[in-house]
Amino acid sequence: MPITVEIPKEKWAGKVREVVLGATAADGGTRAKTVVVGGEATLPFLHFDGAIPHPPALAIEVRDRRPDDWSPLVYEAWGEAMNDPAEWAKAAEKAGADLIVLTLSLTTADRKPNTPENAKAVVRKVLNATGLPLAVFGPGQAEKDNELIVPVAEEAKGEKLLLGVCEDKNYRTIVATAMANGHNVSSKTPMDVNLAKQLVILIHDMGMPLDRIIMDPTTGALAYGIEYGYSVMERLRLAALQGDSMTQQPMIVTPGEETWKAKESKVGEGVPETWGDWKRRAINWETLTAASLIHAGADAVVLRHPETLARVKAMVNGLMSAN
Amino acid sequence: MALTGLQIYKLLPQTNCKECGHPTCLAFAMKLAAKQAELALCPYVTESAKAQLDAASAPPIRLVAVSCNGSKVEAGNETVLFRHEKTFYHKPGLFIRVEDTLGAEGIKTKVSEADSYLVDYVGIKLGVDGFAVEAVSGDGAKFAEAVGAVRAASKKPLILIAPTPEVMAEGVKAASGTQPLLCAADESNWQKMAEIAKSAKAPLAVKAESLDKLAGLTEEIKKAGVEDIVLDPLAYGYGDSLKTLTQIRRLALKKNFRALGYPIIAFPSNGAGVDETVLAAQHIAKYAGFIVLNTFDPATLYPLLVLRQNIYTDPQKPIQVQPGLYEINSPTADSPLMVTTNFSITYFAVNNEVEGSGWPAWLLVADAEGMSVLTAWAAGKFDADRIAKAVKSTGAEGKINHKRLILPGQVAVLSGELEESLAGWEIMVGPKEAVDIPNYLKVMWGEKAGSR
Ligand code: SF4
Repeated sequence: MPITVEIPKEKWAGKVREVVLGATAADGGTRAKTVVVGGEATLPFLHFDGAIPHPPALAIEVRDRRPDDWSPLVYEAWGEAMNDPAEWAKAAEKAGADLIVLTLSLTTADRKPNTPENAKAVVRKVLNATGLPLAVFGPGQAEKDNELIVPVAEEAKGEKLLLGVCEDKNYRTIVATAMANGHNVSSKTPMDVNLAKQLVILIHDMGMPLDRIIMDPTTGALAYGIEYGYSVMERLRLAALQGDSMTQQPMIVTPGEETWKAKESKVGEGVPETWGDWKRRAINWETLTAASLIHAGADAVVLRHPETLARVKAMVNGLMSAN
Repeated sequence: MALTGLQIYKLLPQTNCKECGHPTCLAFAMKLAAKQAELALCPYVTESAKAQLDAASAPPIRLVAVSCNGSKVEAGNETVLFRHEKTFYHKPGLFIRVEDTLGAEGIKTKVSEADSYLVDYVGIKLGVDGFAVEAVSGDGAKFAEAVGAVRAASKKPLILIAPTPEVMAEGVKAASGTQPLLCAADESNWQKMAEIAKSAKAPLAVKAESLDKLAGLTEEIKKAGVEDIVLDPLAYGYGDSLKTLTQIRRLALKKNFRALGYPIIAFPSNGAGVDETVLAAQHIAKYAGFIVLNTFDPATLYPLLVLRQNIYTDPQKPIQVQPGLYEINSPTADSPLMVTTNFSITYFAVNNEVEGSGWPAWLLVADAEGMSVLTAWAAGKFDADRIAKAVKSTGAEGKINHKRLILPGQVAVLSGELEESLAGWEIMVGPKEAVDIPNYLKVMWGEKAGSR
């Protein structure tokens, strides 16, 4: 005899804020479309507890020039396109990316220090090459980040870029220019719930509206601390749903960058035979890292390999159909 | 769900006879609630009270074991929905599916290869947990033969998948002497399946397409005398699997709903258009107890095994790395010597960056009780004394022809003190973040070495 089972439902007090990336002509930009991240009123893909208005955005990371030390598998995947950020962004769009993350390098292809002029030119070129919304991140050294991101923010005024990376030791300059030029910012903190919250508070205190801040709680790759990132994200998302306002930002993480520096993905030689076929293993590494973090609440994941993108996209489509 | 002292008191004789060694029944009840006494101490407790107390103290998700020749896979007994709330206890068993139509040779090849597979992850040996033999043929004799062939090639625990009780009975005979999981009873055959499970003392999986039906079936089967039950809710897509497995876990933990308080078996390759590896990853994080994989491929198994290891790590006890001197990229006597703590994530980050940079280096991992650099420094577990001790005890000095030590940038303050503890050494202050190591080595060490 069947028993009538009453499914316990959660009544959450809060929900994740929505952040709009990119602006179309109607809103003063040139993007063909915009991407909205966040907005969930439930834990990841539990549609029976609350609404999930937007799927997680899948981004491809593109460099302003051909990177020096990426895995041969990623070079193989994008080929010649990696020599030109505009071509690379186009290829990423064609591969199905929702968002392009353009990372600026410390140096240009001829080993000279990167310049504001070069950064502006590359951003303009990429904006012209793709209709997707764009994120632009500095090379990750405070001074250089500020030197490059400020002119980029001005150059792309009105495009509603996602600018980064804001960290606790360097966020004021980037936040100020993002505010002045109508962009969003990414607030990055090292795998800790309170640090994530604090930096959002600091950025908000400068006057940045909360619907223009995305947080990057940082993750480790599979085998390299993914469980820390995973649990910090689950805790942040639970706090957001329980109504803790400063944790209600959408979350972005970078499984592509993390996994492709791991030996398991990066190299095919000098590793144990028990690791199996290199290419399948490498793409599994990135795919499983991204898939797990999406289950922990990621609203945007930054990937590197097109095959990972395709696999994660198929998963997201399955997860988004109401269950 | 645990009862309070008062609830327990109501079930006791309330005569205060003191034979349990406690002054009153209430005092005894309080001790029971705190799990500081055993119910058996009271000689007068009634059978019905005992049954009620036993039921209340049973875990909300029953622990079910599948075993063979002493090796055992256990699932269930979980207590939380999110690993940070406590920890996940019983790693889901990963089983490789073997179809009985594969033929004796085919089975031998597939099973032997998977059986001997062992991969090392931070010093832990990981492999598959067992085999799920499926009677695709629908023929009892063929199924029995296949079970025999699997047992000849492996001593690992088994799951037997058969469409009818008749075929199942043949498989069970061939598996005698082991405790396989029988998969699965349904609405139409549960009586016979339950009988087989009962006489074989084997756990029984139950399948139904709704939770209402599933709960109804488990209750019937329990009444028929089978207590070790595993649930197959037939949820095969990404979305319905996440929903259904979450609902079952919630019902068990939040509502103490006994009829679904059992571990779950998942088949990540049964759905159309689903990527087995990706769905298996979801099953690992979201609530499966047994996972049956179609394919044996080290390139997918290794990442899944590592993911399982990561998700089931106790968040209160982070993995520590053995302190000592580690070699990266085959270092020589003039390679740089760097020091960090034995917090696994710190170690991995540093190791990864150095390895990726291509620079040969010696990495000295100091015993900082598993804390990260800043935390350990603040707690006094990563100071000049400890670092100097690590340099001496690991024999690092003898491995290099220079006396330079690269200190993490976050503890630059230690360099003066360290130069006193390590007389004659030059302490170099490294970068604060691991990502900056490659550049640091190129610029700072490259200069010293005068090469590369
Ligand atoms: S032995 Fe039983 S009846 Fe007697 S005091 Fe203890 S609990 Fe009460």
